[in-house]
Parts: sequence; C-alpha cells; structure tokens
Amino acid sequence: MKLQLRFFASIREALGVSQESISIPESVKTIADLRVHLSERSGAWSEVLAQDKLLRCAFNQHMVDASTRLEDGAEVAFFPPVTGG
Amino acid sequence: MSSSIRIQEKDFDVSAEIAALRKGDPRVGAVVTFLGTVRDMNDGSQVKGMTLEHYPGMTEKALQEILDQAATRWDLYKMLVIHRVGPLLPEDQIVLVVVTSAHRGEAFAACEFIMDYLKTAAPFWKKEETPEGARWVDARVADDAAMARWNKK
Repeated sequence: MKLQLRFFASIREALGVSQESISIPESVKTIADLRVHLSERSGAWSEVLAQDKLLRCAFNQHMVDASTRLEDGAEVAFFPPVTGG
Repeated sequence: MSSSIRIQEKDFDVSAEIAALRKGDPRVGAVVTFLGTVRDMNDGSQVKGMTLEHYPGMTEKALQEILDQAATRWDLYKMLVIHRVGPLLPEDQIVLVVVTSAHRGEAFAACEFIMDYLKTAAPFWKKEETPEGARWVDARVADDAAMARWNKK
C-alpha cells in the first residue's frame, strides 16, 4: 500500500521532512500502526513519534483518531495540537 | 445561509468586510464580529513576532465543517472567516469571524462557537520569536475545555 505523508510545525522541523511518499508493509493497517512503523526509523523519528508525545493525525485532510484504517493512496498527516486563532 | 473562508498573508479591513457581508440583506438585524490580534506577551515572555503555519487544503475543509455545524445549530444568514498566515507582528490582526443573523442571540452564540472550534480543530500553528529564541506555541487546555462545553446539552 502506498501513502502520502505530511508533517507540520514542530514535527516537520524535528524530522526535517515536510512530506514523503512511502510504501508500507501489509502488517501496517491503521494510523497507530503507521506511527509505530515510522518510529522504528533511526535518528529523530523514534523520539518525535514516541507514544508519549501528544500528536494529532489527519486522514485525507480530516482530523481522525489513530485507530483509523489506512487505504491505498491516502494522505496521512502528523502534527502537534493546533494553536491558531 | 452562505459562508466564505479566506486564508491569506495580507491584512484585512474589518469595516469593509462587515459592510460587504451585510450589504443588500435587509433581513439582518445583528452582526457579531470577533477579531483576534497578536499580543506582545505569552507565557511570561516578550513576543517580538510570530509565524503562522497551516495545512493548505485541510484548513479550508476544517473551517467549512465548523461553519456547516454552526449553520445547523443557529438561524444565521451569512458567515465569514478570514485567517492570516505567514509572518505577523504584535498588534497585527490574525483572525476575523463575522456572523449575521436576525437577532443577536444566535449571532453571538455562533461566533463564539466558531472561534472555540477553530482554536482546537483548524490546522494552524504559531511559532513565536522571543528574546530566548524561537518556540512553537503549546496548545492550551483551556481551549479544549471551551470546545467541549458545546457538546453538553
């Protein structure tokens, strides 16, 4: 399955990446699985995506919870709690 | 009911926006406006300026969902949200919400609802410049509480 990843604000800065296209293994079925999968990368990834970090996620540009199931071609974004207004 | 959403770097003219929103609509008896501006202090530090980042595409969708929800809850005629992004200085205008209705009660409630949801559901992030360096603003627990009260019946 292929996904388009987006990262914003402090997450984007800490990872040094704003977007990337990836192929994920069959075992990665939800956004929570994806977060664990990405946190296994070396460098900043394990710290930035660690389970104790408060993160929000979006699936195809809608804020969702991490139990949301992934679909081929989806856009998945990770970002900190929002601070607009 | 009609609504419009604008995300822009440039400043806006509050009076002109209000005039345009209610022009030619004699049903309107109430116009409620919220204007958010940049403060020069936050969390005990002086703020020299800030940069607002957003998630193009999702921002517009999230704001539209908030306005659609407001329209189902209250009798409204028109709604406008303008949110600035990019570099901003203290005293600058950041966000404008304007709601028109026949009576003030509906317009007041809808305007507050829109701002409370915008604060927790619209993908904007502030990065402040302070004498101690640049820092991302932390989300406030009070903002979550402000949104949550709209779900209580």
